[in-house]
Amino acid sequence: MNTNDGTSQTPEPRTRNLGRVLNRRRILGLASLAAGNFAISVWMGQEAYKWLPPQASSEAVLVDKLFSFMTAVGTFIFIGVVGTLLYSMIFQRAAKYDNSDGPPIEGNVKLEVIWTAVPIMLIIWIGTVSYKTYDQMSILGSIAPKVMATVDTVPGEPREPVPGDISPSDNPAPIEVHSRQWSWEFRYIDQNVSSTELHLPVNQRARFKLTSDDVLHGFYVPAFRVKQDIIPGKEIDFAFTPIREGRYRLRDSEYSGTYFAANQTNVVVESQEEYQRWLSEIAQNPPQAAQNLAYEEYSQAEQGTISLGWATVKPAPAPVVNHTSSEEDSYE
Amino acid sequence: MSNATLEVKPSEQQTPTPEPGAPDNWRRFFSFSTDHKVIGIQYIVTAFIFFLFGGLLAMLMRGELITPEADLVDRTVYNGLFTMHGTIMLFMWTFPMLNGLANYLVPLMIGARDMAFPRLNAAAFWLVPVFGVILTASFFVPGGPSQSGWWAYPPVSLQNPTGNLINGQALWLLAVALSGVSSIMGAVNIVTTIIRMRAPGMGWFKMPAFCWTVFSAQMIQLIGLPALTAGAVMLLLDLTVGTSFFDPAKGGDPVLYQHFFWFYSHPAVYVIILPIFGVFSEVFPVYSRKPLFGYRVVTISSVLITILSLIVWVHHMFASGTPGWMRMLFMFTTMAISIPTGIKVFAWVATVWGGKLRLTSAMLFALGGLTTFLFAGITGIMLSSAPFDIHVNNTYFVVGHFHYVINGAVVMGFYAAIYHWFPKMTGRMYYEGLGKLHFALTFIGINLIFLPMHPLGLMGMPRRVASYDPEFAFWNVIASLGGFLLGVSTLPFILNMLSSWTQGDKAGDNPWRAIGLEWLVSSPPPHENFEEIPIVVSPPYGYGSDEPLVSNNPGGILEEEPEKTPIANLAGKANS
Repeated sequence: MNTNDGTSQTPEPRTRNLGRVLNRRRILGLASLAAGNFAISVWMGQEAYKWLPPQASSEAVLVDKLFSFMTAVGTFIFIGVVGTLLYSMIFQRAAKYDNSDGPPIEGNVKLEVIWTAVPIMLIIWIGTVSYKTYDQMSILGSIAPKVMATVDTVPGEPREPVPGDISPSDNPAPIEVHSRQWSWEFRYIDQNVSSTELHLPVNQRARFKLTSDDVLHGFYVPAFRVKQDIIPGKEIDFAFTPIREGRYRLRDSEYSGTYFAANQTNVVVESQEEYQRWLSEIAQNPPQAAQNLAYEEYSQAEQGTISLGWATVKPAPAPVVNHTSSEEDSYE
Repeated sequence: MSNATLEVKPSEQQTPTPEPGAPDNWRRFFSFSTDHKVIGIQYIVTAFIFFLFGGLLAMLMRGELITPEADLVDRTVYNGLFTMHGTIMLFMWTFPMLNGLANYLVPLMIGARDMAFPRLNAAAFWLVPVFGVILTASFFVPGGPSQSGWWAYPPVSLQNPTGNLINGQALWLLAVALSGVSSIMGAVNIVTTIIRMRAPGMGWFKMPAFCWTVFSAQMIQLIGLPALTAGAVMLLLDLTVGTSFFDPAKGGDPVLYQHFFWFYSHPAVYVIILPIFGVFSEVFPVYSRKPLFGYRVVTISSVLITILSLIVWVHHMFASGTPGWMRMLFMFTTMAISIPTGIKVFAWVATVWGGKLRLTSAMLFALGGLTTFLFAGITGIMLSSAPFDIHVNNTYFVVGHFHYVINGAVVMGFYAAIYHWFPKMTGRMYYEGLGKLHFALTFIGINLIFLPMHPLGLMGMPRRVASYDPEFAFWNVIASLGGFLLGVSTLPFILNMLSSWTQGDKAGDNPWRAIGLEWLVSSPPPHENFEEIPIVVSPPYGYGSDEPLVSNNPGGILEEEPEKTPIANLAGKANS
């Protein structure tokens, strides 16, 4: 006799009516569990903001909101499913020497329709929110590389203005980004200066032309939540809007060979005045070879590591620029 | 009186010398056997050895990553390590392991005496050690193995700093192309077997869910693998004879390679996960003592996954040179895959719900695999959302996500399958205590190593880095400790398998009282499996109803009083 899980000893009916299973007390119990789950999920959605780097671009604000929303939905599903499994694992184990079978329930059409329809609606919801987010981002700065795009922006309903969406009248030339194995070089064409550190004015759309001299690289600033692969032989238009002053990390995000991990530099977002001052100051500097970790490491074989003499591409010489940054510079 | 004349020599009186292929001859595992059961075990054991090798490479990587600086191994060594780790784990472990499970189980489950093409089957297997040796040899050529990641994206993969014709990258491409040929041979065989060789009475909707998932997965191999193999051959030509399919310096298009690569390599994820879904669908009913909930819908969703898996590959290229309309289109197709997958997850939960659970090692691993898969599915939907993916693409968030699938769901699903069918394969029982220890170490290890990768990715740590900024150190230390624990977790498994296979208790034909054709024959099953071909009269998973599965006696086993099977002891332990 099995009384382990508290079910009655009368034989189970072969198919159970969903309505009969869901009597009022169960509905109340389930509703309060769902409410508890909902509360935890909303809390997790708020926590999600803390897992991300500072919101230094208007794109970051949009992406974080989307991530928070998906975290909340995901938490709700995860707790619901794992909670059910844990309940079964704890309370529905077979008793010792109980060799009987469970109820032969082969399915339930109503239930199966529900759990097909609910995910369909969920992904339509998540998909629509994602689409709108993407749409807003491409208005702020063309996220899709224009050189490849067949449509400039995704058509959509008129959108409300987003903070930082300022179009300055004096349309400056895009900053040229030159990526190579393994260094970054930024050229400001209007001022005819170059730097290994990227300086940008705050609250103004930054425009770039991304190029690579050798292999694939990726332009990635975590604080801006934007990323774009750079394809050798192509010029890719890219844009976003920084909204927070500070120093941030710029990393290579597409694996580019031996010193890939060392291929990073800093982005400095500053006020329009400071930015202009920086541009005119560095114009006075004579171009000099920048510090370059890859080239240094290559020239002086590393000490103390296990080296098997495996082959590497020789790094390109350090770029010669008006303004050089050093590895030790701090960032957020 | 004349007894002496009747006597026979003791050597003749004893069992005759074991024939090659007879179940008691261990040498058959080292021969060109055409028995699907031998080939299945050959696949699984070979793959598992490579799994340990790939795991060792991963532990070296975690050793490097326990500190921010590149201070344990040289950067070139680190890059070679992660390239070979990924390659070995996919091409030498996951695919051969799954082919092993399919080889062993499919003919038994559908009531066939062997695969459709036994010699093709053996040939497909024996290619595995061939390209395994080629891949391993690349460690020893001048310049070392490939360092371009398992994607081998050009132009990095075309740079060939050694200048030699025989270099790590060329050997890598050769091995991958051969692996493709082997998998296509396997796929032709398995698909044919399932279509043509099901026992009388076994209509499509009487076929076990595992066979459905294997069928769906192998269809993907047939459709997708030619693209990858062609891509690999073109890249090999670019590298060796100087063609310019993908080299931008000569007018080639590196993004084209990415399409070739992902057109197969994304569906490959479903080649990997579908049979594991099948394992879940087999294991949950047995240890819950309930039929698989919504069996028909579960099987149809496997086919839906196959179809959808072929139109989602661009989600790997959201940060590549991809126009906006493509990003949006593939975002929606990718999200759509969560519908059939969700149906399966809910069906398993409903199968377990209200059952009479026995938390054996197999059941624990299946439940653990389902949990990690659910987590990976949720992060997967996040990744399919293009605006969010642009932030975490190529970061540790992605690494964490797919390791929750591949190491969480697939490896745990593999362990569930091995524990579940170990008595059938060997005729012996394994030690339940070691199995549970193995589960605890694996489950903790997996979460300890792969969960921290998600915050790392959100913070912006790129994947494939040998060194990293100090703010990532905290989570990396935890991940490394988890990695070492995961390495240790394989020891109780190996100990359990080796000692149980040689000294375990006799298992009996059906120690789990499971329903399925494979449980109607002796353990291990005889050569050619069935005394007479079974005549199937019921759908699978008839737990709780007393309908017989077959109308004849395919195992040729006499009806006996059921012995006291170990299940009673196991259940007792689980409940105490």
